[in-house]
Amino acid sequence: MEPIIRVEHLTHTYGEGTPFCRSAVRDMSLDILPGEFLGIIGHTGSGKSTLIQHLNGLLQPTSGKILFHGKDIWADPKKIRDVRFRVGLVFQYPEYQLFEETVGKDIAFGPKNMGLTGAALQERIEEAAGFVGLAPELLEKSPFELSGGQKRRVAIAGVIAMMPEVLILDEPSAGLDPAGRDSLMQKIRSYHRATGSTVVVVSHSMDEIAENADRIAVLADAGVVMTGTPHEVFSRGAELEAVGLTVPQVTKVAMELHRRGLPIDPAVYTVAELKAALTALKGGRSGC
Amino acid sequence: MLKDITLGQYFPGNSVAHRLDPRTKLILEVLYIVALFSANDWFVSYAFLALVLAGAIAVSKVPVKSLVRGLKPVVIIVCFTGIINLFWTPGETVLFSWWIITVNLEGVYRAFFMVIRIVMLIMGTFLMTYTTSPITLTDGLETLLGPLKKLRLPIHELSMMMSIALRFIPTLIEETDKIMSAQKARGADFETGSVLQRAKAMVPLLVPLFISAFRRADELAVAMECRCYHGGEGRTKLRVLRYQGIDYAAFAIGILVIAVIIALRYLNV
Amino acid sequence: MEIIKTSELVYRYPAEEGETSQNALDGVDLTIEKGSFVVVLGHNGSGKSTLAKHMNAVLTPAAGKVLVDGLDTAEEENLLEVRRRVGMVFQNPDNQIVANVVEEDVAFGPENLGVPTEEIQKRVTASLKAVGMEKFADHAPHMLSGGQKQRIAIAGVIAMTPECIVLDESTAMLDPAGRQEVLDTVQYLNRERGITVILITHHMNEAVYADRVVVMDHGKVAMDGAPMEILTQVERLRALGLSAPPTVQLLHALRGAGWDVSLSALTVEDCADQICRALGA
Repeated sequence: MEPIIRVEHLTHTYGEGTPFCRSAVRDMSLDILPGEFLGIIGHTGSGKSTLIQHLNGLLQPTSGKILFHGKDIWADPKKIRDVRFRVGLVFQYPEYQLFEETVGKDIAFGPKNMGLTGAALQERIEEAAGFVGLAPELLEKSPFELSGGQKRRVAIAGVIAMMPEVLILDEPSAGLDPAGRDSLMQKIRSYHRATGSTVVVVSHSMDEIAENADRIAVLADAGVVMTGTPHEVFSRGAELEAVGLTVPQVTKVAMELHRRGLPIDPAVYTVAELKAALTALKGGRSGC
Repeated sequence: MLKDITLGQYFPGNSVAHRLDPRTKLILEVLYIVALFSANDWFVSYAFLALVLAGAIAVSKVPVKSLVRGLKPVVIIVCFTGIINLFWTPGETVLFSWWIITVNLEGVYRAFFMVIRIVMLIMGTFLMTYTTSPITLTDGLETLLGPLKKLRLPIHELSMMMSIALRFIPTLIEETDKIMSAQKARGADFETGSVLQRAKAMVPLLVPLFISAFRRADELAVAMECRCYHGGEGRTKLRVLRYQGIDYAAFAIGILVIAVIIALRYLNV
Repeated sequence: MEIIKTSELVYRYPAEEGETSQNALDGVDLTIEKGSFVVVLGHNGSGKSTLAKHMNAVLTPAAGKVLVDGLDTAEEENLLEVRRRVGMVFQNPDNQIVANVVEEDVAFGPENLGVPTEEIQKRVTASLKAVGMEKFADHAPHMLSGGQKQRIAIAGVIAMTPECIVLDESTAMLDPAGRQEVLDTVQYLNRERGITVILITHHMNEAVYADRVVVMDHGKVAMDGAPMEILTQVERLRALGLSAPPTVQLLHALRGAGWDVSLSALTVEDCADQICRALGA
């Protein structure tokens, strides 16, 4: 399949010519496929944030290319704003970027910059608010009166309202409690299903990525070290640990059972899967 | 990028310049400024002061590059002063005249030395802030201005405010960068348009920045109270300022420099 | 011996115009033993942070009492002593560091307490060592990672020689590595230095470190007991907006399928043991 975004030998160096010079991303290549839910995982300093800011042209590569629908996004630097509307990026703790008097106006900021007005604009706002589960009556409220979790939804709606072909979220659930986390991820999943657009979620949490992504890209030391389905990635548990990441808890249990000699796939990663595997096993044989 | 503004950032180190008492550095800085402004507008004095500055830079081990980079944000002020002096200095040796613009030799000299003076002034000041942590610097200021407390001036409060402001500069710069990127991702345009349009475009940046600054201030105040902060009363210090041998040596050099500058002025060379 | 005792503690945030506010804390009776490691869990808005802020008089009760080492936090003259004995580490690492250099920040507390200079120097060195940050004494805090900044904040508290440290969601903004750094640090302080630790969090796996877990809901204590006792109540936790650890959830699911397993497994090994035992039977 033709990738929607292709990262080609991307290198980005901060503070070139100063003592603080360092490459946050080095010779990185990655394909993002249309319609997929891609999880990007890596610890702090692995280059995640730098990578995603290249995908919508907020950062310019020191070397290498970002291709969007096969075209270099920097081919015409004047059109870079256009790329930002088509590749929506939600930053970490996006609630700190809210500024308008009302929730509705804040969500409208992006689409308005695209030139939308009137009924079309209103429709976008309402649709985006719906996707993140904001009640219509909240649209008239000041964003600063809302709870932290609601503010974050407003900020995400502000990007969704641009109807980007690719939606990138950096740590969307950071700092939320388990219930808030689950509900937000569920909203993102249903947005993905409903629109068929490409979704990229960056996270520290293996469990969160495992539950949501079709495909995972593992970043370490300024490069991509692995890509594949969750199952493929988690089957390489030892390599993950070598780059300072861990597999989900459930996979750990499966690995431990496998190590003890049970014929269990050590790469399963959901409670339901492992339960099914164990139940099948119990029906057949027994003993460790 | 905003991050390039180094505005008096402290470079940790252990050079002689780092070890000098902040009060010494403040007093020397004042002496240096006095010397700069009482120096004769002629090459000898400035060559001498440049030598002094070069010596100080060498001793501080601060990379010259960083000092030069520090000049970037003030380039406009320097150019402006230069131009003002170039065109508005009265003089007799007219070099060039067109319409209402007249350039004379005196103006050229004056502008040249004024620019040199400001550049050296800024480099000298940055040298001090690069080698003195802001807290030590405000400590020094607080001690130097200590006698003014008797006049009921809130010296401790002022110095605390200053050091906190300095502490938060990098944090707020980082935050500005982040908010700017976030708004750009929603199509905000900070770079093009008329002055009015650009001012308007700043709203999505400034509102979140102010809100965040207030939130930070609030949280910091609580955190400080939790660490038993209750004003300057009964406060002790991690470092008590004490003049050392190098401070006396530095003072001696400072006085010598001033003496040379005054002598040069008197001798008119 | 108890370090903190709250009795019938009630607190209500000032209401916005035209709105009535609910009690953020609604009759909390809690006794924290000296030297214990208590994790306080709860969803956002459960009152756990409000409770934490009462433990060193950032907030004072609307009704009821909070005693720190026998000192009433509502009494103005106890304020400094209460705050010295119970140190607080907050959520945002950037908003609690006062100074531009690490060691000067650690010294901030003792300076405020009027500790003699020589003693401050000793305490700063010792505190930085206790959190494993002695190499960073002369660094600028804004260049450090989130986990390192929080360790500096902890060192700043330790330098005041407290009896107790309250971490008010101090791990919420950190990445897994940073979170682990902070947890290791407080665990060390609790075990080796006998400092009471109260950790407010919504990361369930952090409860494993505690010797007592308190779950807050609607301003009340909803559950209180040993980690094993609390974390194995899958349904109850879910009802309170929290989730049991994956190992417990797995065993719970197996049990639902008719397996004879106990839910008491907070580690991967224990969980595997349970499964093997059930398979072997």
